[in-house]
Amino acid sequence: MAKIKLPVRSPRIDMTPMVDLFALLLTFFMLTTTFRPQEPVNVDTPSSISDKLNPTSNVMTLLISKDDKVYFNLDNGKDSSKHIRIEVLENVGKQYKLKFTPEQLSKFEKMASFGMPITKMGDWIDTKDEKVRHELEKNGIPMDSTDNQLAMWILFARKANPDAEAVIKGDQEADFKVVKKIMDIVQAAKINKFNLITNLEKVEVKLENK
Amino acid sequence: MAEIIANEGGGKKKGKKRPKKHSTSIDMTPMVDLMCLLLTFFMLTTAFSKPKVMEIVLPDPPKINDPTPPKIPGWRTVNIIMDGKDKIYYYVGIADPTHPPIPVLIETDYSKDGIRKILLNRNKNLFKQMEDLNSEVTKGKLNISRDSLTKRLRELKSKDAVGPIVLIKATDKAKYKNVVDIIDEMAITNVARYAIVDLNLFEKKLLKKKKRELGINDSDK
Repeated sequence: MAKIKLPVRSPRIDMTPMVDLFALLLTFFMLTTTFRPQEPVNVDTPSSISDKLNPTSNVMTLLISKDDKVYFNLDNGKDSSKHIRIEVLENVGKQYKLKFTPEQLSKFEKMASFGMPITKMGDWIDTKDEKVRHELEKNGIPMDSTDNQLAMWILFARKANPDAEAVIKGDQEADFKVVKKIMDIVQAAKINKFNLITNLEKVEVKLENK
Repeated sequence: MAEIIANEGGGKKKGKKRPKKHSTSIDMTPMVDLMCLLLTFFMLTTAFSKPKVMEIVLPDPPKINDPTPPKIPGWRTVNIIMDGKDKIYYYVGIADPTHPPIPVLIETDYSKDGIRKILLNRNKNLFKQMEDLNSEVTKGKLNISRDSLTKRLRELKSKDAVGPIVLIKATDKAKYKNVVDIIDEMAITNVARYAIVDLNLFEKKLLKKKKRELGINDSDK
């Protein structure tokens, strides 16, 4: 019996369309991307119907985690040549008689949210190990009445950038007591407007005809 | 050896000198690999939707030499008390032990048939006006810009004289989500006036009594 011979096909596939598609998608993502800022904790925000966009600059963000820890972040403002973050860190450090090296300061400028007692700030900036950094951050910024470092941060952030808006990114499960306390601290710095970060959720409401 | 040389020589002599024919297709696999990698990277790091924010403006904290705050008509005030475990109560009027009748706390919930229905019913007048204005614009009957629409909506809100004044009160056990939900409910039902205030002592007593009636154990967390 004769063997059935399958026609030999070339194993090569023409990949051009695939490459085309990839190139297209890649360009799209590269152009539209805004990097997701790194945050020390995952925060699950509540939802609301508000569709106002979060301001992108001149903000100080207060991150409130599920277990009521507070983290702080501020940006360099519209004009990054002012080095607002450096100024704030220097001023807060002065209050606690801490000095930071120029390297530490410039490194701090590029970092995002933080949450640790100011005494541990130096270690936090210097460490390269993600785990160590996480360990340092597990307690958030102290804000009890004897040592209210959060108030200090907010005060100096406000001083360095008077246009800064307060943005609160709280977790659904965070206690309102803590949020209220933070709002009071912010209000003490003469900011009465708060932006609460929420997820968009559409709701239809109709008035019943009676 | 000699043979090879002869062969080469023969080759040269024979045909014309022709450049070697290259295949026109390039192996694109490495390029595809790289693109795949970059694509995945960008897809994962990108924050697609910009976060949305809800704006609230709180009044200045009262100062020592402030004039006494204006009296709020009792029939307009709706007090919402939020407790832990997603419990919510409301009462109408002012709870003042020296001015009976003492209002009764009513239990409700965060659903659309709960607190929303109550607020919507009390805010019917304003809600209707705003709805009408909105629908006129969307239907194209009224041609005004978005800015002037928001301005007119705000005017309607500030002119409102019959709608409820909502006092939002959260106990220590309330979650952040509850408060955001209630403020959101204000936006949904177009309530013009609301404020976040603290519970007073008498209200705490009322709440305790109500919870005892409902058989909710207060001590558990």
